[in-house]
Order: sequence, then structure tokens, then C-alpha cells
Amino acid sequence: MRRRVIPGFGLALGTTVLYLAAIVLLPLSALLLKASGIGLSQLIDILSSPRTLSAIRVTVTMAFAATMFNAVYGLLLAWALARYDFPGKRLLDGLVDVPFALPTAVAGLALTALFAKNGWFGRPLEAIGIPVAYTPLGIAIAMAFTSIPFVVRTVQPVIEDLGSDVEEAGRSLGASDLQILRRVIFPAIFPAFLAGCSLAFARSLGEFGAVIFIAGNQPMRTEIVALLTFIRLEEYNYQGAAAIATVMLLMAFVMLVITNSVQAWHLRYLARGED
Amino acid sequence: MAAANTGASGGRDPAIARADWIHTPVGGGPVARRAVLTIVLLLTAVFLIAPLALIVVTGLSSGLAVFWRNLTEPSTIHAVLLTLATALVVVPINILFGLAAAWTVSKFRFPGRTLLIALIELPYSVSPIVAGVAYLFVYGAQGLFGPFLEAHDIKIMFAVPAIFLVSLFVTAPYVARELIPLMQVQGTEEEEAAVTLGASGFATFWRVTLPNVKWAVVYGAILCNARVMGEFGAVSVVSGNIRGQTTTLPLQIELLYQDYNVVGAFTAATVLTAVALLTIVIKAVLERFGRVPHGST
Repeated sequence: MRRRVIPGFGLALGTTVLYLAAIVLLPLSALLLKASGIGLSQLIDILSSPRTLSAIRVTVTMAFAATMFNAVYGLLLAWALARYDFPGKRLLDGLVDVPFALPTAVAGLALTALFAKNGWFGRPLEAIGIPVAYTPLGIAIAMAFTSIPFVVRTVQPVIEDLGSDVEEAGRSLGASDLQILRRVIFPAIFPAFLAGCSLAFARSLGEFGAVIFIAGNQPMRTEIVALLTFIRLEEYNYQGAAAIATVMLLMAFVMLVITNSVQAWHLRYLARGED
Repeated sequence: MAAANTGASGGRDPAIARADWIHTPVGGGPVARRAVLTIVLLLTAVFLIAPLALIVVTGLSSGLAVFWRNLTEPSTIHAVLLTLATALVVVPINILFGLAAAWTVSKFRFPGRTLLIALIELPYSVSPIVAGVAYLFVYGAQGLFGPFLEAHDIKIMFAVPAIFLVSLFVTAPYVARELIPLMQVQGTEEEEAAVTLGASGFATFWRVTLPNVKWAVVYGAILCNARVMGEFGAVSVVSGNIRGQTTTLPLQIELLYQDYNVVGAFTAATVLTAVALLTIVIKAVLERFGRVPHGST
């Protein structure tokens, strides 16, 4: 190892590790410790109960639906911001950050009011037979709202950095716009796009504030995993809460591994492009 | 790149027209452009603008006098003060942590560095509800330190300290995430030069490193502040929701909503919306002057 010229390694590393241990690792270890004390048969009972399974199913399905929506909308939004000049572009760019900056409880409240029976959007939708508030569709909309920026902000810089040379080469070889889009542009942005989508999906799985207002929270129908954990706590059923929270933590870990490997792929892809 | 699609090429030298055609970017034609922009603006109006508009319209729907009365209601004032206090405690601590963490992983190479970066980012992917539950198993009556805390009559859970702690957890990566990529790009040459010329470690940090990253620190701190003030899930698990004592502004919104005081709930929401919009404006200003990389979140 190279001799360190810059001082302060011990102090900085010590501070960082100590803080992470106290603020992040200690609580997460305590949760896993609690869950490990439950006993396997009881753990299986808790996790295989119809209500838990239904909550997991609703959460995963609706997170997937929200991610599909954001894949399309986010990609178009990133494309418009990276490729077009139009009045209000800066405003639109700022609006992308609204879901990050706006508290989830505020977002939940606003979306519920918008999509409720007598709301701005709820009334016309109800009239054509599509109720949104207090249905699984409402959950998907709340999840989509909170995770839009992930797709946009991951894909946007990659589209901006696309060199026009490959595109022009394709065109001079006689490729149509669609062919260039499919064979040249999409492969180049795909790793970033996938990374953004998996970030959005991961965020949707754990979302609480935005969802519980609009979901209606009916057990077996519109109850999400995060809410079920919360309810178990309020019932003083700490084992139940620990078991379900551990499942959520594991889902987060799996998504973290997936996202990191996709991002590593994305970085390798970028590095290859620079050769 | 976007400037390449201006005007038609008719009436000019065919060779130039042909070159123009080659340089027109994909999707640069008027039809594709109009179609994409229409869809994007329509969806943005529905999903991003309408919620903001609704909050302000509903919050002010009963007039400014009612808005003011709702805002100055004692429990709301208490919630505002508690939210401000949380931000005042949490943001400075996480600025210091972010600086220490970024300094560690960007200026030095050591075994376990990648793992440390992953750990720094971990709270970002953990659901706030899980964070709240995890803290309960440390400081709650059922938790690791529960018996000890009870014996010494120290109250952390369902009290203000727990709100501070979970807020530290959920926003731990915010400043570090802005600093790490920036400080990695900047490298260590300037610091090495300063140290070689005889500057102390602290002087090097204060006079060389910090000026280089100060706007990223400001930016990270503003995002951290917005999240602290708006955190709902983690805080609602550990706060105990004691009215007028442990309710932050987001929890107050839920309490008012459950009381069917919709206008009151939206009044509190308006305050947090103002904080969010201010955050976005400051972010845009910092990006515009190139002090932080564009689009980073």
C-alpha cells in the first residue's frame, strides 16, 4: 500500500464506522436477533398466514405495476428533457424532483383527494367505472408517484451523453429511425434504464406514507406489507412485526444486490464505450 | 444536439440537404417530438402538477383567516416546532457524518472500502417502517437496552429522542451520497500538495477540501432537511403519536385527517409543500451555477 500523505485516516474511519455501527447496524442487528429468536415453525406460521401472504402479493404486484408505468413515463420524460428544447423545460426538470422533496404523507393526502369519488380525477374515473381510491389501483398510483424520479434521473444523463456519431453512422448505412432506436440507442441506455427501474421497484416495495392514505387498508385486499408490520406493532404482537419486518429487510437486500449488479454492468458498459 | 433539427432543408444544395438529414437526431422530427412532448406534459400535469395545485387550493379553500387559525392552533404550532428541532439536531450531525464518510472512502484506499460504501448507502434502501421497527427492538421495553433504560428511568422510545434517532437513520446517506462521487473525481493531489507544504490536517481540510465541496454539502444538507421534515413512516412507528408532544408535522397531518379536519390537514400539508418547493428551487439554482452535477439526486 502507498504511504499515506494525507492525515486523518484513523479519525475519519473511526467516526464513520462508529456512527454506522450505532445508527444503522445496531438497530438492524437487533431486528434480526429478535426474528431469530422466534423459532422456525412459528416463523413459518406467521409468514404463511393468509393475511401476510395477501399483503406480500398486493405489495409486490402493485410495485411491479407502478414500475411498469414509470418505465414508460420515466423513459419518455428523460428523453424529452435530454433531447428537446421547449418552453418550460427547466420547470419540467424541477418538477421531476417533486416526489423526492414532497413528504410522502403529503403526497398520499393529495393523491387520495384527487382520486376519491368526489375528487378532480376520481369523479370522471368513477363515472366510467374505474374506482381508484381505496382499491389496489390507488396503491399502484401512489407507488408510481413516489418512484418516478428514479427512472428519469438514472436514464436522463445517459441519453444526454449519447454521441451522435453512432446514430449518424447508422443513418448513413440506411437504417430507419426505428431501427436506430431499437439497435443503437436502446441497447446503450438499457443498463441505466434497468438500474432506474429496479431502484423504483425497491422504493415501491417499502413505501408507506403515500400508500396508506389512498389504499383504504382493507385486510386481504388493499393492505400492504409495511402497514401490516405497523398493525402488528400496535397489537403488541412484536414477534409478528419482527418476522414481517425481516421479510421486508430481506427483500430490500435482494433488491440492493440486483440494483448494484445492474449498476456495475451499466458502469462496465460505459467504460467499454470509452475505449 | 437538440439544435440540429431546426428548419427544413428544401431548396438548398442537395448535398447539404443530405448531410442535414444524416445529422437529424432520432426522434428529432416534428411528429415524434410533438407526440412525446404531448404525452409527457399530459402525464406530468396529472401526476406531478395536480397534487401540488390541489394541496394549495384546498389548504386555502376556506380563506386566509381560517388558514391562519389552523396554522396557529397550539398542536400544529407544537408540531412545527418539533419538526424544526428535529431538523436542527439531525442535519448538522449528518453533515459531519457525510464529511467524515466521504473523506474516508474518497481520499484513502483500504481493505473493506467497498463494503463501507455499501453500508453508507444501506439506509437508502431500507423501508422506513423497517427502520422504525428495528429501533423498537433496541430501545423499546422489549428491546436490547429496554430493561437497562427502564431501570434508569431513561425514556427514548415513544419520545422525542426516538424521533431524532430514526431521522438520523433515514437521512444518514444524504450528504455522503453527494460528496463521495465529487471528492473521488477531485482526487487527492491538492490535499497532498497542502500537506507537503506543511499545512496541518485540519488546515488542509478547512482551507483546501471544504471550499471545493461546499456547494455539494449545502445541496446534500438541503435534501437531508427536506427528508427529515417530511419523514412519516419511521417516525410514526417510534413517536407514540402523543398529541401535542411527539407529533411532527407529517404525523399532525394524519391526525387532523383522521379527525375529519380535512382543511386543517391540508393547511399543515401546505407548509411542508412550501418546504419541498423551496428545496427544489435551491437545487435548481445550485445546478444552474454548476456547483453540483446536474440531475444527481
